Amino acid sequence: MSVDERKLDGNAIGGLLREIFTMEMTAAETTCAGCGAINALGRVDVYMDAPGAVVRCPSCESVLMRIVHGRGRYWVDLTGTRCLEFAES
Amino acid sequence: MRRLPGRRILRDTQRLMGFISRGFKGKRRDTASSSRVPPGQYVVNDFPVLSAGPTPRVNLDQWTFSIEGEIDEPKRWTWKELAALPSETVIKDIHCVTKWSKLDTSWKGVSVDVLLQGVETAAEFTTIFSDGGYTTNVPLDDITGNKAWVVYEFDGQPLHPEHGGPVRFLVPHLYFWKSAKWVRGIRLQKEEHPGFWESNGYNMYGDPWREQRYWGD
Repeated sequence: MSVDERKLDGNAIGGLLREIFTMEMTAAETTCAGCGAINALGRVDVYMDAPGAVVRCPSCESVLMRIVHGRGRYWVDLTGTRCLEFAES
Repeated sequence: MRRLPGRRILRDTQRLMGFISRGFKGKRRDTASSSRVPPGQYVVNDFPVLSAGPTPRVNLDQWTFSIEGEIDEPKRWTWKELAALPSETVIKDIHCVTKWSKLDTSWKGVSVDVLLQGVETAAEFTTIFSDGGYTTNVPLDDITGNKAWVVYEFDGQPLHPEHGGPVRFLVPHLYFWKSAKWVRGIRLQKEEHPGFWESNGYNMYGDPWREQRYWGD
């Protein structure tokens, strides 16, 4: 299976996001800092076959988030997400 | 050539050319000595594909490899020019930070020493950059002295795009995320700039023998 075929949607990181944000996040909406596209996290492109999870904009392929988990810590880069909007739990 | 204060002249390539590291090819892989497998790693016989994004579609007619940054005259090679440079085949063990190691991998390409021959630079660090925006930082001393290559064949075949073809970086003594796929050049820098993974939790140096996986390791 090719890398492109192994690309997943944002539901693949639903559990990981719940660990970090301690609430359901797949309905949260991201605004891409690159192209401005707004997408629900459940619909973004996710590459899990990497040293961390790489979340990309389905419109322009820019990196929205990078999430690394190791040594009991999380590193979350949101540089590519201009805004993350979600409802109160 | 005049040596300028604070600058280094990279040469002595001829002495290094033609050297082929043979690893331990005659050894059975399932009995490979643990002395070849860094702590926390396990040996695989397949070649896992790890990727942080889509596989770029590369047109070799427009492809170039550049050396830029702390260099008076940036250098650039087309694909045909790079393929015409003196090449060598090296056999190396590789170690991925996701804990797999693969022994006796065979690569053909051009030593970075060849690319940097005669270059004057005050740089001590480099950023390796690739199609798709990926970057990784490596000290200059770690890519010179026959320690790094720009490779275009794996196991005697053109490098498959999913493994970084047409051309990837190879710096096998560091974790494999430093061996950037789809490489397009080397930026010489006076200061160290963290790359794609190094800026988000992964270790700046990445020595597998010291398990330098994350920040603080």
